[in-house]
Amino acid sequence: MASEKRLRIKTLVMVLAMVVCANAGDLLLKRGMTDIGAVAITASGVSHAFWMTVTSPTIWAGIILLIGFMVSYMTVLSWADYSYVMPAERLEYAILTLLAVVFFHENVTSKRWVGVLLICLGVLLVGQTKPRTTESAALQKVTA
Amino acid sequence: MSGGTIISLAVLICGSTFGEIAMTYGMKATGEPARLRPKPLLIFLGRAVCKRMVLGGDSTDGTVVLCVIGTAVVGAGQLCDSGVGAELRGGNTGREIYLKEEVNAARWAGVILVCIGVALVAAG
Repeated sequence: MASEKRLRIKTLVMVLAMVVCANAGDLLLKRGMTDIGAVAITASGVSHAFWMTVTSPTIWAGIILLIGFMVSYMTVLSWADYSYVMPAERLEYAILTLLAVVFFHENVTSKRWVGVLLICLGVLLVGQTKPRTTESAALQKVTA
Repeated sequence: MSGGTIISLAVLICGSTFGEIAMTYGMKATGEPARLRPKPLLIFLGRAVCKRMVLGGDSTDGTVVLCVIGTAVVGAGQLCDSGVGAELRGGNTGREIYLKEEVNAARWAGVILVCIGVALVAAG
């Protein structure tokens, strides 16, 4: 029972890390690319944009956060069910909408707010189930 | 909806479903990291990237990214997000069959709510 509680907390922490890293990474990429401005689709325009991109600390911070997302995603998949992680990960749609309103002052329609509410309800329902219903390879080897 | 958009969406839904299932299979085969500390995590990641299923899953996801760009270029950007909703639903069925995960009624209901939510966010 205690191990199940530990597993649930561990999974929730990793899913939270995934969502935070993905959202913050996306936002920083958006901010960085907005700072660079519209890219002209010509050889010199693309090469200039490329140079601006690789020298932008905001974009590098975004890339590092997205690597953090990938690491936490791969880690949580090693023990938790994919059918548990995947819907929980979609919480990022809800958080991203909130962040877009706060930081970019975007207008959000009522239809989109209903969508955000349904995502939150769905994630809440999935969160009530067991994070792991199958044994990991390591456990299978021990019990075999 | 043009033929190109339909093909892009089909690759998006099928590709990301198969890619993610392959990656999950690979990560399950890798096993858990010993501890959630930098060194054990690096060792764990090193083990994971040597698994063919993980690499296969990642490259399939890469193909999907190209398809998302393709779908957006042909002017169906909103459909990409609806495609993600369909992928969630399709992936859940795949997981039950291939990964042998027990998806109970509460989880199904949650997944369906998330799918509808993603579709609404995309349509909004």
